[in-house]
Amino acid sequence: MDHFVIIGNGIAGVTAARHIRKNSDVKITIISAENKYFFSRTALMYVYMGHLTFKHTQPYEDWFWKKNMIELKEGLVISINTTNKTLQFTDSTSINYDKLIIATGSKPHKFGWPGQDLKGVMGLYHKQDLEQLEKYAPNNKVCKRAVIVGGGLIGIELAEMLRSRNIPVTFLVREQSFWNGVLPAQESEMINKHILEHQIDLRLGVHLKEIKSDKNGQVSSIIIEETGEEIHCNVVGLTAGVTPNIDFIKASSIDTGRGVKVNRFLETNIENVYAIGDCAEQHEAIGQRRNIEAVWYTGRMMGETVAQTICGNKTAYKPGHWFNSAKFLDIEYQTYGWVFSERNKTENEGYFQWKHPKEAKCITISYDKKNHLFLGINTFGIRMRHKVFDKWLSEKKSIEFIMEHLADANFDPEFYKLHETAIVAKFNTEFNTNITLRKKSWKRIFSK
Amino acid sequence: MKAIKNIGLILCFIGFAIFTGSIFTGKNKVSQKTFDTWAKQKVKSAFFIEKAQKEIVAIELSAFELSHRIREIAKASNTYHKSQKKIAWHKIIPLKWNKTSKDFIYPLVRASATGWPQQHPGLFFWITFGLAIFGGTIAFAADYKILGKAGIKNNGIFQHSATNRGPLGILAFLFFVGFYVVLYFFPNFLINPIAAVNPLSKSLSGNESSQWFLYGFMYCAVMSVFAIRMFIKYRHDNYQILRTAVVLFFQIAFAFLIPEILVAFNKPWFDFKNAFPLNYTFFFDWNIDNLLASGNMGIFMLVWGILLTVIIVPVMVYFYGKRWYCSWVCGCGGLAETLGDPYRQLSSKSLLSWKVERWLIHGVLGFAIIMTLITLYTYFAEIESWRKIAFGISVYDVQSSYGFLVGAIFSGVIGTGFYPILGNRVWCRFGCPLAAYMGFVQRFKSRFRITTNGGQCISCGNCATYCEQGIDVRSYAQKGENIVRSSCVGCGICAAVCPRGVLKLENGPEQGRINPTEILLGNNVDLMQYINRK
Repeated sequence: MDHFVIIGNGIAGVTAARHIRKNSDVKITIISAENKYFFSRTALMYVYMGHLTFKHTQPYEDWFWKKNMIELKEGLVISINTTNKTLQFTDSTSINYDKLIIATGSKPHKFGWPGQDLKGVMGLYHKQDLEQLEKYAPNNKVCKRAVIVGGGLIGIELAEMLRSRNIPVTFLVREQSFWNGVLPAQESEMINKHILEHQIDLRLGVHLKEIKSDKNGQVSSIIIEETGEEIHCNVVGLTAGVTPNIDFIKASSIDTGRGVKVNRFLETNIENVYAIGDCAEQHEAIGQRRNIEAVWYTGRMMGETVAQTICGNKTAYKPGHWFNSAKFLDIEYQTYGWVFSERNKTENEGYFQWKHPKEAKCITISYDKKNHLFLGINTFGIRMRHKVFDKWLSEKKSIEFIMEHLADANFDPEFYKLHETAIVAKFNTEFNTNITLRKKSWKRIFSK
Repeated sequence: MKAIKNIGLILCFIGFAIFTGSIFTGKNKVSQKTFDTWAKQKVKSAFFIEKAQKEIVAIELSAFELSHRIREIAKASNTYHKSQKKIAWHKIIPLKWNKTSKDFIYPLVRASATGWPQQHPGLFFWITFGLAIFGGTIAFAADYKILGKAGIKNNGIFQHSATNRGPLGILAFLFFVGFYVVLYFFPNFLINPIAAVNPLSKSLSGNESSQWFLYGFMYCAVMSVFAIRMFIKYRHDNYQILRTAVVLFFQIAFAFLIPEILVAFNKPWFDFKNAFPLNYTFFFDWNIDNLLASGNMGIFMLVWGILLTVIIVPVMVYFYGKRWYCSWVCGCGGLAETLGDPYRQLSSKSLLSWKVERWLIHGVLGFAIIMTLITLYTYFAEIESWRKIAFGISVYDVQSSYGFLVGAIFSGVIGTGFYPILGNRVWCRFGCPLAAYMGFVQRFKSRFRITTNGGQCISCGNCATYCEQGIDVRSYAQKGENIVRSSCVGCGICAAVCPRGVLKLENGPEQGRINPTEILLGNNVDLMQYINRK
C-alpha cells in the first residue's frame, strides 16, 4: 500500500488528509511537532482570553483520526531526502514516503532586531507562543506592560488579548495609520480611533530600534528608533507578519524561494512532492493574489485541491474571487473582491464610501471609473453574504447594480438596523443617479 | 463602578442568606382548630389523632421538630395498626420520602406557622427577595460601565470558577439542586419564604400562597434580573434584546399573572402558552374534568390546548423554526436563556452526548405519548385511574411515575439544578418532549436554518462552544454547510459570537435550505461533482 505523508497538521495538511481518505485507501501519516491533534490556530487568542479552552480549538474529537485511519506522528522533521524518499527526524529516526505533502505553514517574521531572541519576546502563531504568553504575561502584576511591534491582523489580536487581562499595551505601528497599506484611509482611521478607545497606547509611524534585556536575559524595555524613547515592558510581541516555515527544506533538492515553489497543481519540482498552505509559493501569482497566501481558507482549498491531484484526478488550484474577514477588537471586517488602499490602487479604481454618523460602521466599494464595473467591497460592522458577492463578481456587475440589490447581500442577524437606504441615498447624491433600493429577494439570492 | 457592583453582590448575597437561613428558623404552634381541620382531611386513625393531640397540639415547635414528630407519630400509628389482627388498611398513613412531606405534613406546617415572617410578611419579603432583586439589579447594571464598549463579552469565562465548574460553580449547583429538592419534595421547610409572597398571592388571586406560587414568583424575579444582564451583555445585538424581552413578557404575563387572575375570577389556573406534551397533565382525567366543569372558558381552554399542539405549534415551526417557542415563549427556555446564560459553554459537544440526547429526548416523548394514550383510553372507557389495567399497573401509577421521574427529577432537579455542570438547557436538550416533537418538524419540514456564509469560517470553535444545545456548529460551518439540526432552539448566540460573520439564523425557502457539502465558495473547483462521480 502506498504511504502518503503530510508534514504539518494545520488546516492545509489536515484538509488534504481528510480528502485523500475520502478518495482512497492509502496509508496516511500526518507529522506534527506542535501538537498531536489538529487545532485551529486562529482560535489561540480566545484561549488566552478565556472564551475557550484549548480543547475547544480542536475541530475533531480525538477518536476521529483512528476511525479514519489517519496516523498522527509527533516529531520534528529535519531533512528530506527525495532520492530515497525518506524523512529524517530530530531524534534520528526516519520514515519513508511514496508521496509527500509539505504543509508546514509559517513562522513569525523577525527583522534582526537587537534582542529579538530574549526571554519574553514572542510571536503569536504557534501553540508554544501561547504557552510563552501565559508564562510571561499571566496578569498585569507579572507583566506590567507589553509592547507589540507590527500593525497587522495578528498585532491587533495580541493587543486585544493582553487588554482582556488589563495589561497595559503599547502598540508600535510602522505606518502612519493602522494597516493603511491594505485599508483605505476612512477605514484605517476608524480603526485607529477604535484602538485608542480600548485604552491601547497606539504609536503610529514608529520603528523598533532595539529590545533591552535585564540581567536574567529577559526583556526590560524597548527603544523607539525615531524618538529614542525607552518604554519599560516585560513582554514584546513581534507581529510583523509571517514567513514560510521551510528552513529544513532548503538543503534538499526541492526548489524553494521564500516558500516552496509550486505550479498550479501544487506540485514541486520533484515528482510526488507537493506543497500547500502558507508555505507554498506559486511560480506566478493567481490573478491579483499574492504568490504566498497565508490565509486560513486558501490553506483549506489547497488541501482539497491537492487531494484530488494526488488521488489521480489532476486538478488545478483555482481559489476564485478574493475574499477575507477579520475582527479588529469589536469591529468585524469582511471583504469580497479587491479593494486596494489609496497607496496601492491604480488610476482607474474609484471608491464609493459610506460611514455611519455615530457607530463604527462603514463600507468602501471599489469600481472601475471607466465602465463602472464593480471590483470589490470592504465592510466594517456590517456582515455581507459571501455567495451573493461571489456571484456578482463572476457576473461582472456594475456598481449601480450592486447599489440597487444591496439588500440581497446583507447578512446581519435578524432585527439589526439596516443601512442600505442611507448608503444608496449617498450614492445617488454622489453619482447623480436615481437608484431605488430593491427589496431583498430570496429568488435572486438562490438563483444560480 | 466595581464598588457599586460589589455592593450589589453583597446585598444580593444577604437576601439569599436570609432566604436560606429562614428555612432553619421560625416557630409553629398547632391550634386545636387547625389540627382538627387538617386531621379530618388527612387522617383516619384514632391512634394517630390521640397521640398527636398530646405531642403536637398547642406546643411551640420548630418546623423541623413539628415535621419530625408528625412523621414519628405516623410511624407509630402504622406499627400499631399493622399489629392488629385485622389490619385496617385505610388507617395506614402512606410514608414515602417524596410524597409524605409535601402531601401530608406540609399543609399542617403551613397552617400552623407563627414565626416572625408570618407576622411581618411584607418586611420579610423586602429583606429576602427585595434585597436579592435590588442587589442583583445594580450588580448587573454596573456591568454597563465595567464591561466597556458594546461587543462580545466572554473574557475570562473559562478562567472563572463560577462558569468553569470550579468551586463557585459547584456551590451554585448544590444550591440549585437543594432548592429544587426542597421545593418539590419538602415544601414544609419553605414555609417562611412562602409566607413572604402571601400578600402578593392574596392580592392577585385571593388565595393563600403555595410553594408553587413562590416558585412562580421567584422564577419571574430571577428571569427579570438576569434579563438585565442579557440586555447589557448583548446590547449591540437586537436579536438578543428583543428575544429576551419577549420571553420575559411571556413568563410574567402568561405563566404567572394571567393564571392567578383567572383563579381570582373562579376560572381554572391555566397557562395558555404551555403546550402539550410539555404540559403533560393536559389530557389527565382531572384536568379534562376540571376544564369541562368550568363553563365556556373551560371549553375554550380545552380547545385552545388541543389547537396549540396540533396546529399552531407545527405551523409556527414550519415558518420560524422551533425557536419561536423554545427561545421566545417557553418558560423553561426563558430561564435557560437568562439564569442559564452564564453556563451555556458547559454543554457537551461530543458525538456521544448527541447519541445520548437522541435516546433520552425521544424516550421521554414516547413515554409521554403512551401515558397520554392510555389515560385517554381509560377516560373514555370510564375506567377509574387507580384500577390496575395491565402488568399490575394502573394509569395513576404511570402518571405518577412520569410526574416524579420526568416532571420533578428530570425537568427540575436535573434540568435546572445541573446548569452549572452540564450547561443550561439540560432539560430542553435531553428531556423536553415538546422540543422532540418540534424537532421533527424543524428537521424535516421548516423554512428555518442557520445559513453558513460561504467560505468565511476559520474553525475557531466559538459557535460550537457557546451552543447551549451542544450542537457542533463548527463542524457544519467549516464545510460551508447550513445547520438544520432538530435540536437547535435558535437562541442566536452562535451568530453573535462568530468573529467572522459566518452564521445567520433565517427563515427562507425550503429549496436550498440543506446545501450540499464540500463546495466552498471561492473554490472554483466543483468537488461535489467529483464526489458524485465516484
